[in-house]
Amino acid sequence: MCSSRPAAAFAIPADGRALTTDSIVRLSHVERSFGAVRALAGVDLDVVAGECLGLVGHNGAGKSTLMQILAGTLQPGSGSLVVHGRDLTAAYSVGVAQANGVRCVFQELSLCPNLSVAENARILHPSIRGFGWRRRAGALIVGKLDEIFPGHGITAGDIVGDLSLGRRQMVEIARAFSVSDGRLDLVILDEPTSSLDSIVSAQLLAFVRRFISAGGSVILISHLLNEILSTADRVVVMRDGRVVDARPAAAHSHGSLVAAMGSVAVEEKHGAGGASKRGSGTPIVEIRPERQRDSRRLTVHRGEIVGLAGLAGHGQTATLRAIFRAARGGSNAVQGSVAFVAGDRQTDGVFPLWSIAENAIISSGARLARFGVINRAGEAALAAAWKQKIGIRTPDLANPILSLSGGNQQKVLFARALGSEAEIVLMDDPMRGVDIGTKQEVYAIVKAEAERGRSFVWYTTELDELKHCDHVYVFRSGAVVADLSRAELTEEKVLQSSFEIAEAS
Amino acid sequence: MNTVAAPTRSPLARFATRPWIWSFIGALAVWVATIVFTGGKGAGEILSVALTFSSFFVIVGVGQMFVITTGPGNVDLSIPANIALSGALAMILMDGSNGMILAGLVAAVLCGVAIGCFNYILIRTLQIPPIIATLSASFIIQSIAIAYGRGLKIKPPPLLTDLVQAHILSVPLLALFVLALSVGLAFVLNRTLYGRAVTAVGQNPRAAELAGISVGRTRFLTYVLSAALAGLCGAMLAAFSGGASLNMGEEYLLASIAVVVIGGSSVAGGDSNVPGIWGASLFMYLLVTMLNTFGVGAGVRLVATGVIIIAVITIAGGKSSGRG
Amino acid sequence: MTRFVSPRVIRALLPALSMAVLLVAIFVIQPRAMSYFGLNLMLNLALPIAFATMAQLCVITVNDLDLSIGSFVSFCACVGATFLNDTPLLGVAVLVGCVGVYAAVGALIHLRNLPSIVVTLGMSFVWLGCSVLLLPTPGGTAPAWLIAIVKFKTPLIPFAILASIALALIVHAGLMKSAAGAVLRGSGGNPQAIARAGWSLLRTKVTMFALAGCFGVLAGLSLVGMTTSADANIALRYTLLSIAGVILGGGEFVGGRVSPIGAVLGALTLALAGSLLSFMQISPDWQIGAQGAILIVVLALRTLVNRAEARAA
Repeated sequence: MCSSRPAAAFAIPADGRALTTDSIVRLSHVERSFGAVRALAGVDLDVVAGECLGLVGHNGAGKSTLMQILAGTLQPGSGSLVVHGRDLTAAYSVGVAQANGVRCVFQELSLCPNLSVAENARILHPSIRGFGWRRRAGALIVGKLDEIFPGHGITAGDIVGDLSLGRRQMVEIARAFSVSDGRLDLVILDEPTSSLDSIVSAQLLAFVRRFISAGGSVILISHLLNEILSTADRVVVMRDGRVVDARPAAAHSHGSLVAAMGSVAVEEKHGAGGASKRGSGTPIVEIRPERQRDSRRLTVHRGEIVGLAGLAGHGQTATLRAIFRAARGGSNAVQGSVAFVAGDRQTDGVFPLWSIAENAIISSGARLARFGVINRAGEAALAAAWKQKIGIRTPDLANPILSLSGGNQQKVLFARALGSEAEIVLMDDPMRGVDIGTKQEVYAIVKAEAERGRSFVWYTTELDELKHCDHVYVFRSGAVVADLSRAELTEEKVLQSSFEIAEAS
Repeated sequence: MNTVAAPTRSPLARFATRPWIWSFIGALAVWVATIVFTGGKGAGEILSVALTFSSFFVIVGVGQMFVITTGPGNVDLSIPANIALSGALAMILMDGSNGMILAGLVAAVLCGVAIGCFNYILIRTLQIPPIIATLSASFIIQSIAIAYGRGLKIKPPPLLTDLVQAHILSVPLLALFVLALSVGLAFVLNRTLYGRAVTAVGQNPRAAELAGISVGRTRFLTYVLSAALAGLCGAMLAAFSGGASLNMGEEYLLASIAVVVIGGSSVAGGDSNVPGIWGASLFMYLLVTMLNTFGVGAGVRLVATGVIIIAVITIAGGKSSGRG
Repeated sequence: MTRFVSPRVIRALLPALSMAVLLVAIFVIQPRAMSYFGLNLMLNLALPIAFATMAQLCVITVNDLDLSIGSFVSFCACVGATFLNDTPLLGVAVLVGCVGVYAAVGALIHLRNLPSIVVTLGMSFVWLGCSVLLLPTPGGTAPAWLIAIVKFKTPLIPFAILASIALALIVHAGLMKSAAGAVLRGSGGNPQAIARAGWSLLRTKVTMFALAGCFGVLAGLSLVGMTTSADANIALRYTLLSIAGVILGGGEFVGGRVSPIGAVLGALTLALAGSLLSFMQISPDWQIGAQGAILIVVLALRTLVNRAEARAA
């Protein structure tokens, strides 16, 4: 597979651009921010015809933002976007992207679950119409499925909602590669194998190579480094919204990629080394993740800060929710009351119509109330105390919650959980999009509360935060794959376990 | 046009933007227009009658408001059938005897409670949308009311009739009673854990569950509350109109939703207020009075009501997210 | 892989099964109902309900709900009994205008992102008001040609049944089988995906609301042809019946999952419920209750199927 790489793809490292003229898409100095968070901090990237570009990076490195800009679903904040040699920065949209032969397979599917496979194919191809359209759309999509995934077992009449997640993913991929009357030059695949088994994944990667040799281009995003190394011609590594490394895949190894993704200077010293408080008495949480095959348990003791690491979406949040349900349902897997600090503030945390104070004390109201009547004075005092303690920056707690910045909203959610009587606090990657100052304040409070005997289960996608934990569980594919005490914890070990080589099973 | 929107608002500014203010302004404007037309004649009477009739809207409107507050898709369509059945039941139990008034009222409320439980059982066990659950329940309740109350010619107890038609200083006693009831319910909404749970669930059920609120229990209590209020309304309405009739609840289906919308509560849930129900009920009734006074018929009145509902929701707007 | 009968098939067959059970029960109790005359008697008012249900189905397909369809059908019936008879051209113009209003309501709901329940609630007052203005007291006369069409004696099978079958098949072809129908249903299933593929969501919504208006007009005309005169309240209960019919026919409130054939079967089932009761010599008081009970039973069965499916998965 490593033999037929276009010479043009060999480029100078540390810069995403290849020295060639037949570029399909060229991004220059693209920036994009969401509030205070800079998702892309000036990215240069070039994709040429007939190459497969591998894109890797840890959570929050900016890969998804970059892809959304390429697909036309997000506008760049600044920088330029040149497609087929024409600067389309101003006019770029989904429609323009498609007209220029750029398609994207998003991680969240864009199929209509109530329609059949053929009907979904038709949605993308307006030219398929009139008598016999269903047959033609079906032939197009099934033909492409046959080509990519021989033996797929999907028929054109299947309703997408009835298909397994993996098969839906196959339909989505086949649809992206199908051509009726337009052009197709570049397909972006964002974690395409996340819900495919190893055989189907291999079929897809083989097809990608065939597509490349026929002159097409692919951007492949994957956390399975073996896939990247075996399929891509060139690998671009992103970190903190920048391209930090770009080299031919042949120049990389599994180890060199992991090293490129990590922080510039790996801190050798972690606090006081082995000051782990592990293993005192019986655990207050003892739970097995749902997809855990072996007998490994996740345990938490009193006063402990337990970290859950690994790539986003590998079962950490599901495990937190399982602990929450177990505690609320009175299961003896969890001894003690729980509070939940949401990471996805808008979906799981904030009550958008309420004031800051109301948002902060919602979980404590029942404790302060008498006969079901709200104790206003007590609640006001509690809210004021936490405003002071956690430093919520607002002139008035009666202001609406949405008047606060994201970081301060997050502090309110912390105040909600810490102000309750809960003995165990579950944190669902709560520092997403929070500025560094706020983070430091919250770290200090978490530490102080743990010393007072509270336990924390802390899912985080930021490797730096793990060093605040007494113990770390690394998750992959819904199960715990590594179990590290603070003494054993290194960034490399966490990355190594998160990006495990796909086992040939 | 001042377009400067301060990110944080002072308490005074927040009062001025209370959503229920507009329904009262509307009611006042309509009332003033009416008495200007009549040359000041009957201003007090109009208001007194309006208070009486609004009271019935308020009782069911507040119940519907609680249901709508628990979030999108929650609505109680069984109110009219409930009114018919509870009214008939109360009349039969009272049987024209003053001694049975209390028993009859309690029975009407309990009948409502039973209907509310039935509604929620359907929603919970059949996992069907509340609209279709309360709809199918209402079909059955309506049949029971028809079978049970056909040809019912029982007059309400004279004492009860006197009470619902009595006036204290020309203010209807009924309106005072409903005012007290609505103050109580406003307290429940704003100052109790249950009321707060209703508002929380309506804004964000996922966040509510994670904040330790039982979403299921909150919704259950809300459907029971709405049905109990409709049951009470049924008994009062029967007493007021000299006996129960099968179709006396008919207009309350659309009206109960309309007063919630006009009163400034959000149909998306999580944001509601009791005063607005009063303002909207008065507005709706006074609008009828005004148009009657002007000599326009029922048709124009209905069209005007519809246009106002659409105008209110268009100006108040839907959720601003989702497009862009 | 080799499952004998998939839950989807069972769900799709439920409306037909419930209607079959009802018919068999009727025929067992009253064999004479199994005749041209009997069927005609039982089903003559089913056609307008079927049209109204189809109108509701169009709106539900795009994740909205129409609370005004009952008063709209009443209004169309009133127009049929007045303008259409007296000044046919004006009558046609008014009915076409009505369809335009429906399309405008759809556009308003989409552009301002409004809850359809409230907007159509307002429209229900508007239509009712217009009906009252048109026909303050029951009356009017339907045009003779309309009566002739609706009461046309088709050979072998009554007109109402043939027309219902035709309606089901036409909408099935248009919405379930055509290329455009796929986009329309898709905009209920995953609006974002439809927009990403470059289709206008405004256009799909306006189309579906305009179609709903067309079916509402047909419901009103077929109703007034049957009754020959109209009044403002003639079809108010169609609002709830049409929602019930769509759901009974296997439709869901969100997600663009609808079934035109199922919806027609649902409407016929609801219409037949009353006949069964009268043959069983149960008081007609219970007719509405029986409709409610049928709804609950069928939905309970569907929930059972869904649970079995979830357990199997």
